[in-house]
Amino acid sequence: MSEKLLELKGISQIYTSGDSKFTAIREVDLTLQEGEFAAVMGPTGCGKSTLLRIITGLQAPTAGQVLYRDHPLTGVNPHATIVFQTFALFPWLTVQENVEVALKARGVPPKLRTTRALDLLDRVGLDGFETAYPRELSGGMLQKVGFARAMAVEPELLCLDEPFSALDVLSAESLRGELLELWTGGKIPTRAILLATHHIEEAVFMADRIVVMDKDPGRVIMNLKVDLPLPRNRKDPRFLNLVDRVYMVLAGHTQPEHVELGTAPGEPGRTRALPHINIDDLSGLLEHLDNMPNNRADIYALAQELQVNSDELLRLIEAAELLGFANVAYGDITLNPLGETFAEASIRSRKEIFATRIRRLPLFKWLLGLLRASDKKQMEWDVVQKALELEFHEEEAERQLDTAIDWGRYAELLAYDDSTQILFLEPGAA
Amino acid sequence: MNPLLRVFKIELPSWRRFTWGDAVVLLGLAVLLYLGIRLGLGAPAIIKGPEIDLAPRVLPYYAGLSLGRMMWAYLLSITFSMVFGYLAAQTRTAEKVLIPLLDVLQSVPILSFLPVALLSLSAILPTAWAVELSSIFLIVTCQAWNIAFAWYQSLTTIPRNLKQASTIFHFNPWLRFKVLELPFAAIGLIWNSMASWGNGWFFLMAAEIFSVGDRNFRLPGLGAYLQEAANRGNLESIAWGLGALILIIVTLDQLVWRPLLAWSERFTMSLVESDNPPTSWFYNALRNSRLLNALLLVLRPPLAKLDEWLTQRLPISGIKFQARGRYSWVWYLVATAAALALFYGSILAGGMLWNLRLEQWGGIALGVLTTLLRVMAALLITLGWTIPAGVAIGSNPRLAAWLQPVVQIAASVPATALFPVLLLLVIGLPGGLNLAAILLMLLGTQWYLLFNIIAGASAIPRELRYTADLLKLSRWERWRSLFLPAIFPYAITGAIAASGGAWNASVVAEYAQFGGQTYQTLGVGSLIAQATGAGDFPLLLAATLSLILAVVTINRFFWQRLYRLSEERYRLE
Repeated sequence: MSEKLLELKGISQIYTSGDSKFTAIREVDLTLQEGEFAAVMGPTGCGKSTLLRIITGLQAPTAGQVLYRDHPLTGVNPHATIVFQTFALFPWLTVQENVEVALKARGVPPKLRTTRALDLLDRVGLDGFETAYPRELSGGMLQKVGFARAMAVEPELLCLDEPFSALDVLSAESLRGELLELWTGGKIPTRAILLATHHIEEAVFMADRIVVMDKDPGRVIMNLKVDLPLPRNRKDPRFLNLVDRVYMVLAGHTQPEHVELGTAPGEPGRTRALPHINIDDLSGLLEHLDNMPNNRADIYALAQELQVNSDELLRLIEAAELLGFANVAYGDITLNPLGETFAEASIRSRKEIFATRIRRLPLFKWLLGLLRASDKKQMEWDVVQKALELEFHEEEAERQLDTAIDWGRYAELLAYDDSTQILFLEPGAA
Repeated sequence: MNPLLRVFKIELPSWRRFTWGDAVVLLGLAVLLYLGIRLGLGAPAIIKGPEIDLAPRVLPYYAGLSLGRMMWAYLLSITFSMVFGYLAAQTRTAEKVLIPLLDVLQSVPILSFLPVALLSLSAILPTAWAVELSSIFLIVTCQAWNIAFAWYQSLTTIPRNLKQASTIFHFNPWLRFKVLELPFAAIGLIWNSMASWGNGWFFLMAAEIFSVGDRNFRLPGLGAYLQEAANRGNLESIAWGLGALILIIVTLDQLVWRPLLAWSERFTMSLVESDNPPTSWFYNALRNSRLLNALLLVLRPPLAKLDEWLTQRLPISGIKFQARGRYSWVWYLVATAAALALFYGSILAGGMLWNLRLEQWGGIALGVLTTLLRVMAALLITLGWTIPAGVAIGSNPRLAAWLQPVVQIAASVPATALFPVLLLLVIGLPGGLNLAAILLMLLGTQWYLLFNIIAGASAIPRELRYTADLLKLSRWERWRSLFLPAIFPYAITGAIAASGGAWNASVVAEYAQFGGQTYQTLGVGSLIAQATGAGDFPLLLAATLSLILAVVTINRFFWQRLYRLSEERYRLE
């Protein structure tokens, strides 16, 4: 019944810096049918935004092919458009001018531009705000202008790049509902929607199909059909079941220790990246689990109880697993005895436990070894970062070192002087 | 936010280590200067300019001529900046040469451009034309660089999402320029244009009257009037000329720049409304003017037509994927030819430099050193008074509101015009011209520091001031732990601009003609002025190159480090 609108064949995006190569996206295949609302779901850094830029032709992939209606894409796709997370409205144009300029670029004559812009603004409920400047509007209204501008060019394929992430909870919820209404009501000429999000519930709430991606390297790990009728109820057991399934896949299973830990930088095998988290948040999670019956919780339920988004929760869970405080299996997380001890310990003993745990991580072993072997037990940030860049791309190497210093300071193994940019070994760690 | 916050805050180049680009630039500049000088040897041997009339009634006419020159120069500067910025922002290879070029050009003193422009033009054009054109060119050389840098800077810092939005909505180059690039750059361009005009007035005297050997060039204009009045020691005429100049500057400020600033407020990127936007009485009056609105009604339709036409006709940019990393053979051919020409030219220029005697080189080195000491003295004295004054003004909004117009008018008076009066006052004192030179550098550059320090002090968060009060910090402690660290980045930004300005001012500060007498003191600026005056081209080339090298080296090795330190450690944001 429906025709194939978009097809990705073996899309890879590889960044080269010096001798090292980093794969941002590895061999992604994807098809989108007409009439479909698909979500690309995955944690931060899995390359979903990059994928959207490749699909719209803003960026050329390193390898692979984008076919649009069976024709290979050789530049910006004239039938697609993007709604941006940060709105990307021109602050010096009024709401109406922001919509009109998109029409003007398409060569629509002046009179028609005005009627169409006004009609669209009316449809998204911004009647009366035409002459306002973006700085006078709230986030939710700004994104409505973003939607109106995107629909003005009547795209066949509408790409949404985390359009609700920068909004407050209530505006996001109402805007989701309004978008679904426009889409299901057939009020817009759009043939397919592709939504990039890191929010699991959002994907299940809106999309017909969820393409789940994971990071390191960015790749598709699951295709999930959502067969629930619209509008969906978040308390519906079938809804919760689907959310649970996505968490199960993304959180994975705790592996045997040597697999979980990975290898040190420079050695063969993959270096396990440290999840970028705040240690106080981790303590909070462990304390919460400690108070649960059987020290066990359903991950999807945790997200609601703790009021954190799925992206952050998954990173915290990854850290708990990596440090050996908890085990993950079948979408459940269980605090183990060590984690229980940590959760109930005093501040001082927590630091000691934390120190013994991170000393076991290959990345830390390697870093402490480097410092011990160096003159005066200190090293410059840049030197360490250069060494880390053998394993991670520049930005990630910086983030890894940032996290390592944060954890090392908490554990009182490392000290760092920001003005001289030098890392020290704390006397206790020598 | 304090309304003074952005005055004279000129964007700084993002310095990097010396690259091959720098080498190419320095060599290229040497060749250019050399070629200009060579051409100049063919110019007529004796030239006499028109007499400059000192009667006050000629002032409106002279002022009109000078204003016209400034306007033409400004138009040229803007055109140059647009082209330059696009080139530098669009191609990586061009960027590697063009940005160091800007850095170097900024430090070339105006008088060194003089023979290049004047003599080469007078060799090929009738004298009257050549003089007029080279005067405009000289003004361009003190207006263009910071505008070009501001335009380049904003082209490269346009937020990525806005760029992507204009690509995904298929903007063509015209629409991109009109909707994205120009509005984003507008505020920076206006502030830098104001600074450029200030700089133009500062060097106006040098650009309207000059002599090279026996060739005297002069143009009727306000700068020439002031210079002639100084030459004859006619204080009354100096006062008349100064009055006219200040009147023009204040009028321009009120009728052009303030309205532009008030209007450009709409181009801020911030998503919140500013508490204290720039205002202008003239802008408000214009907005309510019926005549202007009627005029706009007439003008709008044809402009809209042009806009539509440009929007439809120009092809859409950035739509196709670009082929990666291949240069065509044409590019290689051009690059090779340029390299060969550069090589040949450097040999010729080297030959000219070879003729200099060793003691002349020694003299140049000594001159650079003396000027360096003078620049440092001027900076230290400036810091000495601007830090307490700036912190006092910046911490007290009421004082700031009251002082702002006074300080701004004081700052807009070009110090060179005051120089003769200054000279008259101090020439009798021990150290005479030496003192006057330092004073001129100081007068010309102290405002950069003052405005930046005021901005820094007014940006100190109120919580920190309260904390200092609560902790009952002593006066000394308060300065050490709050004020000094907080204003440090601002003081450095101001000091960099001031130091550059002081080096440039050395050519007018160390060599002066007043009351029929020539005063000169040791220094590289004086050497350049002398060499120009005497037509000693090898010395001019050598002194100019040494000055550039000194300034660029000091920038890269001293200011750059301080700037980094200040940005990394003391930014309060």
